[in-house]
Amino acid sequence: MNAFLATVRRDLLLALRRKSEVLTAVFFFVIVTSLFPLGIGPEPVLLKKIAPGILWVAALLATLLGLPRLFAADHADGTLEQMALSPSPLGLLVAGKILAHWLLCGLPLVLLAPVLGLQFDLDVSTLGILTLALLLGTPLLSLIGAIGAALTLGVRGGGVLLALLVLPLYIPALIFGAGAVEAHIAGLGAGGHLSLLAAMLALAVFFAPWATTASLRIALE
Amino acid sequence: MRQSIVQWFKFASPQSFYPLAGRLIPWFWSAAAIFGIAGLWIAFFVAPTDAQQGEGYRIIFVHVPASWMSMFIYLVMAFWAGLGLALNTRVSGMMAQALAPTGALMAALSLWTGALWGKPMWGAWWVWDARLTSELILFFLYLGFIALQAAIDDPRRADKAGAILALVGVVNIPIIYFSVKWWNTLHQGSTINLNKAPSMAQTMLWGMLLMALCFWMYSIAVALMRVRAIILERERHTEWVKHAVE
Repeated sequence: MNAFLATVRRDLLLALRRKSEVLTAVFFFVIVTSLFPLGIGPEPVLLKKIAPGILWVAALLATLLGLPRLFAADHADGTLEQMALSPSPLGLLVAGKILAHWLLCGLPLVLLAPVLGLQFDLDVSTLGILTLALLLGTPLLSLIGAIGAALTLGVRGGGVLLALLVLPLYIPALIFGAGAVEAHIAGLGAGGHLSLLAAMLALAVFFAPWATTASLRIALE
Repeated sequence: MRQSIVQWFKFASPQSFYPLAGRLIPWFWSAAAIFGIAGLWIAFFVAPTDAQQGEGYRIIFVHVPASWMSMFIYLVMAFWAGLGLALNTRVSGMMAQALAPTGALMAALSLWTGALWGKPMWGAWWVWDARLTSELILFFLYLGFIALQAAIDDPRRADKAGAILALVGVVNIPIIYFSVKWWNTLHQGSTINLNKAPSMAQTMLWGMLLMALCFWMYSIAVALMRVRAIILERERHTEWVKHAVE
């Protein structure tokens, strides 16, 4: 467990020394969501209807933007190989890296989403559901994305390839995440959607670090 | 018992699998031709005109087998991928690589014929129905698999990375299917109900089954031909390939 916390702390520290990389993804999220009203028109009724979808798709893309960095730098300077050779299990260290990635790329989106939701005329209870759905969903995005990041490590055209691999796998998270908010707006209650999202998160927490570790070992061979 | 296990592993080596595949290919091609001719004959000349849909329904004789194959090939691909990952056999990875383009072709064919059928029947090339959407996502999964394998130069790494992707995909396919299904019912977008198909005439069913068998045989034949090409390419440095090509 010590190794896990040390990895989280190390990755956070590294990111804080180079703040611009983290902030870029956050600003990307803000800009993309602000582009939609400009493209579609300022009608509040329409914007309110499409807000959950827009915020979720933007969160998806913003997470994707940060994924190539997850292992690339450590792979380039050999840290990843040392991690694979270390006495503590690689899976634990990988889980730590994924958690750090979520704290840097996912959590800011969760915190920003209510503010951006205000731009789309969502009321307070809807904003609460949106935040809760993102809180459950963004770790899922980081976990699934880590598998893709490990598979495309050091591969030609990695960034675009990563999007092609990961985006289809993000679809269930998108459907239930945006669906929770829409169901709440429609008065159906978001409980079912949020439960399913939490169930997928539980599955991913168990399997994704394992699959990521296997992919990393292949990349390091 | 021990004897039979040894026999199976014999064909896990590219050198012994290559001639076996070569011997099997003509059989699968001829079976595909026989089933195809019989199926098309039933489809065009025996099956009656549908009371509601007219002649246009006949495209299902291609559409339904293509959809079945597109789903089934992904499972077979994931099976070979898992086998290759577990046992580290070289032919398994090659089989997975050989199956992917055929699976993608089937998914594309299914989407295309579905659009051709949908235009006269529903008045739209595309509706966001659960089945259509999940078939489209399956097509994307195939493309991702092919792109990942093409991007990695080292064939051993390409096999293993592709195997993990295929296994992750196979775990996700049911999740994707059900999420799309529930998403669709929540939205109530289209009024078309695909699940309440009218009961099918016996001859139509026979035509469809024959066409499905034809697609099976075709897929196996093409995959074996492709795997032979992959074996030659990857084993080109060995002595036996030099003799085999002569």
